[in-house]
Amino acid sequence: MEKLFNQMENNLKENIIDLKDSNVTDLKKKLINEFQKFESSLNGEASSDYHQIRKDAIAVFEDLGFPVKRMEEWKYTNLKPLTDHDFHYTFENSSELKSSDIEKYLFAKENINLLVFVNGIYSSELSSVISNCENIFIGNIQEGKKQYTEIFEKHFSKYADFKNRSLVALNTAFSGDGAFIYVKKNTELKEPVHILHISDSEKENVMSQPRNLFIIEEGSKAEIAEDYYSKGDNYSFSNMVTEIFCGKNSMTGHYKIQNEDSKSYHVGMTQVHQEQDSNYSNTTISWGGSIIRNDLNALFEEQNTESHFFGLYLLSGKQHVDNHTLADHKMPNCFSNELYKGVIGGQATGVFNGKIMVREDAQKTNAYQSNGNILLSDDATIYSKPQLEIFADDVKCSHGATTGQLNENEMFYIKSRGIGDNDAKKLLLKAFVSDVLDSIRIEEFRNLIEEKLEVKLSEQLK
Amino acid sequence: MGPNGSGKSTLASVLTGREGYDVTEGEVIYDGKDLLELNPEERAREGIFLAFQYPIEIPGVSNVNFLKTAINEIRKSKGEEPMSSVDFLKMMKEKAKLVEIDPAMLSRYVNVGFSGGEKKRNEIFQLAMLEPKLSILDETDSGLDIDALKIVANGVNQLKSENNAFIVITHYQRLLNYIVPDFVHVISDGKIVKSGGKELALELEENGYEFINEIKENAEA
Repeated sequence: MEKLFNQMENNLKENIIDLKDSNVTDLKKKLINEFQKFESSLNGEASSDYHQIRKDAIAVFEDLGFPVKRMEEWKYTNLKPLTDHDFHYTFENSSELKSSDIEKYLFAKENINLLVFVNGIYSSELSSVISNCENIFIGNIQEGKKQYTEIFEKHFSKYADFKNRSLVALNTAFSGDGAFIYVKKNTELKEPVHILHISDSEKENVMSQPRNLFIIEEGSKAEIAEDYYSKGDNYSFSNMVTEIFCGKNSMTGHYKIQNEDSKSYHVGMTQVHQEQDSNYSNTTISWGGSIIRNDLNALFEEQNTESHFFGLYLLSGKQHVDNHTLADHKMPNCFSNELYKGVIGGQATGVFNGKIMVREDAQKTNAYQSNGNILLSDDATIYSKPQLEIFADDVKCSHGATTGQLNENEMFYIKSRGIGDNDAKKLLLKAFVSDVLDSIRIEEFRNLIEEKLEVKLSEQLK
Repeated sequence: MGPNGSGKSTLASVLTGREGYDVTEGEVIYDGKDLLELNPEERAREGIFLAFQYPIEIPGVSNVNFLKTAINEIRKSKGEEPMSSVDFLKMMKEKAKLVEIDPAMLSRYVNVGFSGGEKKRNEIFQLAMLEPKLSILDETDSGLDIDALKIVANGVNQLKSENNAFIVITHYQRLLNYIVPDFVHVISDGKIVKSGGKELALELEENGYEFINEIKENAEA
């Protein structure tokens, strides 16, 4: 088996090398240049172990470049519109955002930890943290790694592998800041964390590379919402990576909401490492942005882990959203469940590529996956690819995908009660996505999402 | 009434505006308005209601939410304010009693997991809530046991008034023991071939639709 994987890996590398020469974009050159500037700004840190990881990572990016459509994993997603732009890379906070500017993004004013990053850079003025204590650290990586150097080094870049992933490599190379959440053993984080990542393109095209690290130790609990917004008339590009460590018997609720505008590009990797008896739930909602690519990978390294992936993409215009997920069962008795739903209108495109890997030792695996799509227009497109690879013989697995239009009989039934065409559609679409929204365990956050859904559907059906 | 395939459900569909039917001839005037010019929701707002032969299940939409939306849409079309939640709930409780529906069922999704009889009762419950002027009951009695039939009929009888009318489509005289009709019309090949009082239904029960063939033969001769 090992041999087979190695062979696959080598094939992949060869493929990538073939493609490399045609893939030298100006943006790539610029970023490699920027890295040298970045390095010289680091002073003492440039000789640290941490910085060695960055240097390895930039070498990988230099080697691989931006992904192109000829790669199987990028078959349906073309980043060319993105790489055609020039982005300003910033290491300092030059934004003039005020508290009053971000008020509309908040779902709660009390009992909440708020971390705000503008163009990838932490804003202590806009953030407010209430839960920090001996057992809890909520803040930015810059500060977190000073206070918890050992913990940081133990976990940072240990899960999100960048060897074959050029954009994870790019993020790792530039990793400067992002959210750092550390919940020590047997601690319940009672107040949720709201992480606001704002791309402020008011002055120019901006690029940011948020790097988040969440460490939820044995027996601990946390609810974390990552919320992405953009502001301004220029283009923005976020290349984010989140690494999550779920310790034994821990419970983590994690939400990622993409609210960016039509001039925003977003590429993200969320890598989850789960230890025995841990429970991780992820809800990813994409309804803003121009081109979005999300990768969500959970690795079940120990027995009896449980994970839930929920997703919703609500697309219009020319939006393109690509969700790649992987539930990688390495050990026996683990459970994974996935439910992704899409509502696609206009000329928008959705991609769902969900993979369940059940490796040889992963007996008694329960793994389920389902992807449902409703197309609202003739020009809407979905590429749905549920994948199941099973190398163990005593498992329960299922997967399926459906794509259709709104049910005509249901529509007529509702309209025959006096409800107009748009409201009937809205009623059915809300019902269609309700089980995804129900997975959000922070009540105020779910309420805000429901309000937004109402607005988004009204715009969609206009 | 009328034999299978005579056009009873087609009539119901055409009156309520279901897609897939082309009206090639004739007109439907309702309250001075050309019904065929209106789309299904407009007809409903004008007071037309269809109790479906096969009520549709709508997963994810609760009965409460569904009816509240419907009532407020109808009120909006008349320029009225939305109904308050208190009034709405009060009305729901009252009408639920009328068709002996368990109020707990109303918070469930529309018709999902309902038995055949419960679905039909839910149709009459919706009818009671929306207070239409013209109700069309498309084989509401099919699939009902005798107790459920009585409950449904009792509901209809209580809702009947000088200001509304019911078209009851049925195969069986049985329902008409409980809902006594003013007129009985027999449809065949899309046409009314015979009309009469309530006794016509009894006659049909006895002799079946044989007479239709006679009428046809006479017409051909």
